[in-house]
Amino acid sequence: MAQQADAAGRELTMSRAMVEAIAHEMREDEEVFVMGEDVADYGGIFGSTDGLLAEFGRDRVMDVPISETSFVGAGVGAAQAGMRPIVELMFVDFFGVCMDQIYNNMAKNTYMSGGSVNVPMVLMTAVGGSYNDAAQHSQTLYGTFAHLPGMKVVVPSTAYDAKGLMHNAVRDDDPVVYMFHKRLMGLGWMPSPAGPKTDVPEEPYSIPFGEADVKREGEDVTVVTLGLHVHRALEAADELSRTDGIDTEVVDLRTLKPLDTETVVDSVRKTGRLVVVDEDYRSYGVTGEIVARVAEGALSDLEAVERVAIPDVPIPYARPLEEAVNPGVEDIADAIRATR
Amino acid sequence: MYEGMVTARRYEERLQEEYLEGKQPAFDISAGPIPGELHLAAGHEASGAGVCIHLRDGDTVTAPHRPHHVAIAKGVDLKRMTAEIFGRETGLCKGKGGHMHLFDPDVNFACSGIIAQGCPPAVGAAMAAKKRNTDEVAVAFLGEGAIDQGGFLESLNLASVHDLPVVFVVEDNDWAISMPKERVTDVTDGSQRANGFGLPGVRVDFDDALAVYDAAEEAVGRARDGNGPTLIEVQVHRRMGHFMGDAEGYRPENDVERASRLDSIPRLAEDLRKRGVDDDGLEEIRTRAHERVEEAIEWAKEQPEPKPEAALEDAFAGPPEGAAEPPAAAETDGGERSDGPRITPGERSGSDGGEE
Repeated sequence: MAQQADAAGRELTMSRAMVEAIAHEMREDEEVFVMGEDVADYGGIFGSTDGLLAEFGRDRVMDVPISETSFVGAGVGAAQAGMRPIVELMFVDFFGVCMDQIYNNMAKNTYMSGGSVNVPMVLMTAVGGSYNDAAQHSQTLYGTFAHLPGMKVVVPSTAYDAKGLMHNAVRDDDPVVYMFHKRLMGLGWMPSPAGPKTDVPEEPYSIPFGEADVKREGEDVTVVTLGLHVHRALEAADELSRTDGIDTEVVDLRTLKPLDTETVVDSVRKTGRLVVVDEDYRSYGVTGEIVARVAEGALSDLEAVERVAIPDVPIPYARPLEEAVNPGVEDIADAIRATR
Repeated sequence: MYEGMVTARRYEERLQEEYLEGKQPAFDISAGPIPGELHLAAGHEASGAGVCIHLRDGDTVTAPHRPHHVAIAKGVDLKRMTAEIFGRETGLCKGKGGHMHLFDPDVNFACSGIIAQGCPPAVGAAMAAKKRNTDEVAVAFLGEGAIDQGGFLESLNLASVHDLPVVFVVEDNDWAISMPKERVTDVTDGSQRANGFGLPGVRVDFDDALAVYDAAEEAVGRARDGNGPTLIEVQVHRRMGHFMGDAEGYRPENDVERASRLDSIPRLAEDLRKRGVDDDGLEEIRTRAHERVEEAIEWAKEQPEPKPEAALEDAFAGPPEGAAEPPAAAETDGGERSDGPRITPGERSGSDGGEE
């Protein structure tokens, strides 16, 4: 477990932990600024920028028109000019409005320039469902961003990780897509599960990209997941430990690019069984990628594989429909049992 | 300004010759010394030269996929730009960008192969200048075929509402590939797009370099003085097809003739003669420009092609100086990997998938 015992018992929500990291980086470096829809007075629809306006003012916490192409692209231009913008795309579902700026400019300019141009920006965006907001406001889309080269993709699951990964994201010289799950943020109107609120040190610290975290050690089966589903997998693991005597290891990927293949493969070498859980669509996504990496790295150790993901349909609205497609604790427990 | 225009024209003529080598008699886009598509800007020189003459190295320019005349006017390294177009290792982008994707951070020049999508990054560069309290400006060039794009219209709005030091320069050559202007917009004067966003719009007719100079002087000065953005539309003419190899079956013969008749370079030469520059003086400028172009092309052709394994480098920034090695557990996707795939030149396909 990477949760630090020396955090002096100061628990934060994930959104407060993110804001703390952003505020620290803004104090340290005048070139860091925040731009997005409703990030100033509102503090971010999901609390990701709450309180920044009061300390830093409108020049550094900028509300912008609802026109994602222009302000995401302006982030690219400011980053290429040497600044360090943090740009919020309110819902990841809106990426279609501005995808050209994301994958043709932000992600490719470093490569197309032969390394002479850097784009040190953070594109911060809310992902995930489980609150009945239907197909245009509930997607996760990890696979879409991790598939396209040129950007680093970060998905925190706890307040501790969220802060350390944000420090690293702002300091990174490359474009980082920082995807936070709405249900982990600790919002009053969208209750979080117990897990994401953790002890968080007051001082800054950095969690390097490409280091998965074993959130629960176990001997019998490996569950690889990320974001909200780390907590659902942990709950399933505890349940199975009591009811079935199955000892489950839960690996939290934390970053999709770069991907820590070694921790995943090592875990499967130990357990021989792999379950991949993802809130993104099943086809051509994280589940397929992880299974492929394990097949490449530990084929002879692999005794069973199960995938739990959104079947290939848009996210439905009605509660029973969404619950049917979004992997729940029981779905994960069933998949773990199925590997036996 | 005249020298810049003549250099750009000669450069395009020579690129055309080089490009066609190996592509005849049967046209194969991936054959010959210059691979991929090539979009020439002959006939556009007045806009690049007339605007960029007011700029400094610290000012930012984003160009569209027809970028050579703007790059030359902005002072992009001509030899390394040529090497890039030839796909060579010492090119501006180590052979990873090609002619639509030229980057020269020394003079803050970038371009994009996607219509109108250089506009938002120019707004961002202007935003950086304003935040840093410098008097640097940014200029986004685009074609008239791009003035209906959301990226352009959103950029006008964002630049206007934040009073950013940006100049948008629309080059109106009447053609978006095969689509004549009157079939894509009912607005003849594209500078009127500015009206809906609260910024000034100016149109310069007749390919007139001196008129572009005057309009840009005012717009750049306005931006530099902190008075916000301007939109300039410049009438230019497309003397060639959209891309090399374009048979232009859609284009009336008299339009080609008109483009030739309204050429900005003889017009400026005539203006200069009226101002007392003699023919010897003009010839001297032409000779100097031609020599510079020849030197760049000869140098570029001597440069080595990139090593295939370099294809796996530069997806991300290099580590900062003095940085520790990345942790062994982390696989750096997109970085160098000793066991990575090898791509040999013969396996590459011709088109780079840029906008057609």
